[in-house]
Amino acid sequence: MKYYVGIDIGASTTKALILDGERQVLGSGVVFSGADFSRAADEAFKRACEPVAEDVRSSCFITTTGYGRKNIAYADQNMTEISCHALGTYHHFPHPHTVVDIGGQDSKVITVEASGNRTHFRMNRKCAAGTGAFLEEMANRLQVELDDLNELALQAEQDIEINSYCTVFAASEILTRIREGVSVPDIVRGVFNSVIRRVIEMDPLEGSIVLCGGVVAYFPVLAKMFETRLGREIFVPPLPQLTGALGAALYSWKAEGDKNA
Amino acid sequence: MGSEKNASIKRIQATGQMKKIMADYFYQLDEAARSGSSKIAWCTSVGPAELLLSLGFQVYYPENHGAMLGATRQANDYIPVANAIGYSPDICSYLTSDIGAYIKQETPLTRAYPGIEGLPRPDVLVFNTNQCRDVQDWLGWYARELQVPIMGVSTFRNIGDVTDLAVTNIAGQIRELIPELEQISGNRFDLDRFREVMALSGRCTELWKQVLETNLAKPAPMSFFDATIQMGPAVVLRGSETAIAYYETLLAELKTRVSEGIGAVDNERFRLYWEGMPVWGKLRDLSELFIGLDTAVIASTYCNSWIFDAFDPEDPFNSMARAYTEIFIVRDEAFKQRYIEDIVSRFGLHGLIFHDSKTCPNNSNNRYCLPERLEESLQIPTLTINGDLNDMRCYSDEQAKTNIEAFIEQLESR
Ligand code: SF4
Repeated sequence: MKYYVGIDIGASTTKALILDGERQVLGSGVVFSGADFSRAADEAFKRACEPVAEDVRSSCFITTTGYGRKNIAYADQNMTEISCHALGTYHHFPHPHTVVDIGGQDSKVITVEASGNRTHFRMNRKCAAGTGAFLEEMANRLQVELDDLNELALQAEQDIEINSYCTVFAASEILTRIREGVSVPDIVRGVFNSVIRRVIEMDPLEGSIVLCGGVVAYFPVLAKMFETRLGREIFVPPLPQLTGALGAALYSWKAEGDKNA
Repeated sequence: MGSEKNASIKRIQATGQMKKIMADYFYQLDEAARSGSSKIAWCTSVGPAELLLSLGFQVYYPENHGAMLGATRQANDYIPVANAIGYSPDICSYLTSDIGAYIKQETPLTRAYPGIEGLPRPDVLVFNTNQCRDVQDWLGWYARELQVPIMGVSTFRNIGDVTDLAVTNIAGQIRELIPELEQISGNRFDLDRFREVMALSGRCTELWKQVLETNLAKPAPMSFFDATIQMGPAVVLRGSETAIAYYETLLAELKTRVSEGIGAVDNERFRLYWEGMPVWGKLRDLSELFIGLDTAVIASTYCNSWIFDAFDPEDPFNSMARAYTEIFIVRDEAFKQRYIEDIVSRFGLHGLIFHDSKTCPNNSNNRYCLPERLEESLQIPTLTINGDLNDMRCYSDEQAKTNIEAFIEQLESR
């Protein structure tokens, strides 16, 4: 049997996913990228292989994507994360939509048309604003665990705004809020609101919105808050953090199809 | 995508000749400055150079020096020096790198041209604010530092049509420079000489235009990245026979490429427009990246900025005023949109890349929705990359590459 593999080597985490010929997910794995991309890719791939009885490596097609997409010697091809995210979301939502991917180090907005083709994309990598790195920094400032942010945001009683674009300025705004006696849950909710605002500033976000990426996977509250902010339903794929890896695996599947065509 | 290709830049043979005439130009300037054989004027790139040449000045262009600082990747050694004395990191990085280099008494000219020890000291500084205010501030620093007279032309900005009223005003400002320039140069203004220089400059600009238009051919013979280098003589040697001879040679070479079907990029699949400043420190990287993607970047506002169609030696003042006010950077958004639409359709382009250059808002045309309007009117995609002309603190290799590759993947899927 032939396996179709996608490996998304992101700046923070590396994700791998394996599809069969029917495009069913057979396995997946997520590890921290660290400083050695090929080791991270190997490890994520190994984890993705665990549920599969056969030796996947002996018969597979591998597409890499993400920040380290060109560091993996055994890849059959590489595609940018923009294309992979668009294909990954289109697989679940085969109609025109706007992808909002909030990752550890960047956020992207991609417009996908009815055919699945992309018409437009924007990427924010100028600074941590609107990304997972911003949340990490703020958790640090508030001296709370990253894992607790979701729960804390749910406990919030009011919406407060963190206005600054710059992470350092945002941190001093937080200090001001603490001095004013605002509760930690309210501040955490404000921090999530800030991420949403940074994304809304990137694009008009027309039509249906599909939210994916590691940040929404770890903090589902973000999807709810997005819905409230935009006043419409937000779609989240089943494995939001693996959207890029799924797209890459689908490119593997397509590449074989093209070969056989 | 996927498989990485070997991307080598095809050498333009004429470049050897260009290097020689550029070297001659700098050595002559240096000699004049040392011996005092002629007076030296520093002039902004689209300033009234022809008038200065007609008065016997040798003309030096600080922006050309700024570009050298960028292309040799030395700019970031000097920008912080200017930042430290109060020039913001957000203003023109030609200005900050050039002033910083001056403060440190360093210049890439010394390495490129052995024997040259520094910049040719100016006797006068002449600006035209048609492109931006930064050029006036830039020369203003030298005026204070070196106690040298400064003068110039203050242009209209963001205009649609270039009206007779505007032309008369600018021509008047150019005329008003003459008495003081006569005094500094020690030469009397000679209308016939001025006409001669205008005619030479006119011929140079005509040839430069023809050079750029060889890219109408498919495949296009010269990339934007090559053109930014080939443009040197059109900037610093306009008004001379040397520049004309050079562009005749270059034009012949490019025409041969066209007749033999040789493109700057083998297997040219996509043809793109580059809007905005070059990223000087990354010319080679970007050039190779696009070659590897079988994509030719072949038209640009930047290189077109030295096409001065209006030049008319019979009416030198008015035609110079018109030519230097007609350029893209001076015009309003509606003009800019029409201008790019025309080029996209004539050159058969598939997409547009906008360079949002952090320190040059004047030449970053993505900032008032122009890409979105062009996508709508032309039905082709655009991409904006963040960067800067000289300040590499504002540029991310990885980000630019991913954006460009994703853009090409988008074109592939259309
Ligand atoms: S147009 Fe831009 S790059 Fe040129 S001098 Fe002005 S600010 Fe600097």
